[in-house]
Amino acid sequence: MSEMKTAAYLCAGCGLGDVLDAGQLEKIAQKEGKMHVVKRHAFLCSAEGVQTIRDDIAKEGVTHVMIGACSRRAKTEAFHFPEVAMSRANLREGVVWVVAPGSEHDEVRQEMANDYVRMGCAELKKMKVPAGNPDAAGNKRILVVGGGVAGLTAAIEAADTGYDAVVVEKEMQLGGWAAKLWKRVPFRAPYDGPRDTGIADLVMRVAGHPRIKVHLHSTIVETAGAPGRFTVKVARESGEVTEERVGAIVQATGFSTYDLAKLPELGGGQDNVVDQAGLEALARAANGRAIRRADGKEVASVVFVQCAGQRDESGTHLPYCSGHCCATSIKQAMYFKDTNPEVDTVVLYTDLRVPGMGEDFYRSAQDKGVIFTKGRVAKVAAADGACTVHFRDLILDEDVAIDTDLVVLATGQVPNSGVDIDLPDEDAAKTRQVSILNLNYRQGKDMPQLKYGFADSHFICFPYETRRTGIYAAGPVRRPMDMQQATDDATGAALKAIQAVENAAKGQAAHPRAGDLSYPIVRLEGCTQCKRCTVECPFGAIDEDEKRYPVFNESRCRRCGTCMGACPVRVISFENYSVDTVGAQIKAVDMPDEFSERPRILALACENDAYPALDMAGLSRTVHSAFVRVIPVRCLGSVNTIWITDAINAGYDGVMMMGCRKGDDYQCHFVKGSELAQERMGKIDDTLKQLGLESERVASYEVAITDSRRVARLIDDYAARIKEIGMSPLKGFA
Amino acid sequence: MGAPAMTGATMVDPNTAAIARYRNNFLQEVEERVEEGKWVKMCMQCGVCAGSCPFGPHWEHSPQKIFMMIRAGKRDEVLTSDSMWMCTSCYNCVVRCPRQLPITQIMHGLATYAHQLGLAPKMQPTRDFSLQFWDNCTKTGRVNELKLTLGLYFKDGLVAGIRKAWDMRSIGLGLLKAKRLNPFELFGGHRCKDRKGFAAMLKKAREIEARRKTGTA
Repeated sequence: MSEMKTAAYLCAGCGLGDVLDAGQLEKIAQKEGKMHVVKRHAFLCSAEGVQTIRDDIAKEGVTHVMIGACSRRAKTEAFHFPEVAMSRANLREGVVWVVAPGSEHDEVRQEMANDYVRMGCAELKKMKVPAGNPDAAGNKRILVVGGGVAGLTAAIEAADTGYDAVVVEKEMQLGGWAAKLWKRVPFRAPYDGPRDTGIADLVMRVAGHPRIKVHLHSTIVETAGAPGRFTVKVARESGEVTEERVGAIVQATGFSTYDLAKLPELGGGQDNVVDQAGLEALARAANGRAIRRADGKEVASVVFVQCAGQRDESGTHLPYCSGHCCATSIKQAMYFKDTNPEVDTVVLYTDLRVPGMGEDFYRSAQDKGVIFTKGRVAKVAAADGACTVHFRDLILDEDVAIDTDLVVLATGQVPNSGVDIDLPDEDAAKTRQVSILNLNYRQGKDMPQLKYGFADSHFICFPYETRRTGIYAAGPVRRPMDMQQATDDATGAALKAIQAVENAAKGQAAHPRAGDLSYPIVRLEGCTQCKRCTVECPFGAIDEDEKRYPVFNESRCRRCGTCMGACPVRVISFENYSVDTVGAQIKAVDMPDEFSERPRILALACENDAYPALDMAGLSRTVHSAFVRVIPVRCLGSVNTIWITDAINAGYDGVMMMGCRKGDDYQCHFVKGSELAQERMGKIDDTLKQLGLESERVASYEVAITDSRRVARLIDDYAARIKEIGMSPLKGFA
Repeated sequence: MGAPAMTGATMVDPNTAAIARYRNNFLQEVEERVEEGKWVKMCMQCGVCAGSCPFGPHWEHSPQKIFMMIRAGKRDEVLTSDSMWMCTSCYNCVVRCPRQLPITQIMHGLATYAHQLGLAPKMQPTRDFSLQFWDNCTKTGRVNELKLTLGLYFKDGLVAGIRKAWDMRSIGLGLLKAKRLNPFELFGGHRCKDRKGFAAMLKKAREIEARRKTGTA
């Protein structure tokens, strides 16, 4: 694109024409914006209006389009011109709908609209049409790590959808835990008893599927590459290494049971105390007849102890609930009752948790005569060929002891998530964890973990997503779950993997900027090798070459711009989003002088939550101060501190940063963006002090997408605060 | 409902017989012998019944606890409890029970069973009233209010009865004046027309109950 031809289109629909002086806007686009073409339309998103733009692109050679109409989040289908660069001046949600109505506000409203047109034009001139990821590669095979229920389901789902799958399983046979069960919990009505696991069928389907290749007794010794071009070295137990080329990976490595030896007070280690997996083994040995203990005695009474080493508040054992164990104990109690109703089966629980239709299953067990007692177990003691369970009855509020032939402890799921890459090396050595993926990424061998060692994922906003693009976690490695949930989970992860390979092949970003063709471009001549981008990238996309320069793996990139925000020498940019595109907007705003009593507040709003919240404020006509100028950013993580410095120097009276919630229950779409922004802004305080400015001149806020009313109030409160501390003394120097 | 002495001509005390039969399995005993007792195992211990009972603070054990005690085999404590005698049959618990247990019926069933075994608390007021009411109305086929009232006044002895009657004298005189109380009812009083038929009805009802208990109904 050698010749740049810019065009501005101003809409007068949706009431814009009634309250704004379109002539003035046009003049600004022409004189200040220096747009080659400026057109006004009464209803720009109509077929006719859109056609005007299309014609100009096709016949007049327009390469850059500025649309002054509604929010960039509205009418995206009408204003879809992928062949040109486009900016949007938000005159509807951003001005007309949020500035108080009435002619007394005409002046400030018009000033705001003028500024947005200036900003739109300024941004546009710094933009280029994204060309798509040069790193694009089209391998569409899907690697599934783990051959349990989740892994096999993911492989089948991918293969049935038409994608080749490769399964790597470390054991000699497929099936995982499911193959070690006697029966499973019912998935659908009637919830009257245990069902066959169905795992044999699933294994057969996988083994016989023409699109699925299986590596048994194998582990992964190295994973290299990016979505669309992963190279995975699979090693058999014998030492033989095979290289598999795949486009995406589903990690379904499941869980291990909590070590019984860590529960001596609950009888862990005693002959007549087993965990749930141990009871499955006994039930399989009994093969439908009466269940016998290891010593051969037929079990006449059994006590199930729920939450054994789970939901532990003391910090010794697992702090979380594994979710499946109540239903599993119910199922196992039925193993006894279904063969012999005379067997005493007692389930000792503190809270019986049977989500979904499990409640019906619970009822069936009660109907079969399983006794449920709300009690907290204090101790399981060995007693003359049996066990004595000492517990506190929480309903009758008394200490009770019962003798029983067998005790089953409901222990929790411990995720097989590999090494914790966030641990310092000396601590990591102590845990003796073994890596699963052996990624050759600069940031570590496995996926980052979120909580309690589970593979990272924000399970409400983006289930299955991890912080490694093209690698998706499914099943109990992601969060504790049962077979049915693992099946659903695996299906979701398989679809995610398919999306990833498809996007990668087209050179597009994956979630949450799916379809984005821009990618980070680095001017290596200017790089100082500070490594901030490689360290701070939330997705481990950036490696390092032998000369210690960053290597951007574009296919692993989510296009959040965190690297751009991190770079102290500002050599990282996107074609349509850069230090310049935002910087130009900041500088384009017309700055009234110090004595005008019209302050200017810059709001850098995250486009994922804060900007939609602002749009919704407009939609509900929640008015706020007209002194604010909002610039959407991809993520607060992409905010480079130069923008703040520029704004202060340009004479802005305050800067508001609006991002997502950070911390443990973060809502940041790019995981670390808002947190990093907060950290970087800590340094802004010093800059402000040096300039003799109040620290309140830069403020940051956590805004959720639902905060439409709150966000308007935040702006008003901040404007009031600025009024109190007074106008910036730096106006007119820039 | 019959007094313990009426339940049979056998010499063995019914309580001893029940203990011998069910040994430690009180839940099974309740399931088989108490009206709607088969529901006890279905309780999920949520405590909604206990929270819904208007008499909650006034009795020893809530239905939730009673059901838990049955499962824990606390036979004596359950059968000698005053709880089921305090039930006013408001059915709040039945309406609210998420497991749809007929709690009111179970409580009455337990009361009846405890009474039949001779374990019910002896001077429990509602139990005492029930007995007097039953005797009173089955004798003539009609409730003799004067006799029932006096019976309740004098249940704790002559002195206490006289004191109670004295305390209530203004109400008594008022009722007399308004012709709502006939002192001659003390001598026999009126009765239902077909006393033989009434007696036959009661006999039949007892037979049905007995049949149901032995499982032949």
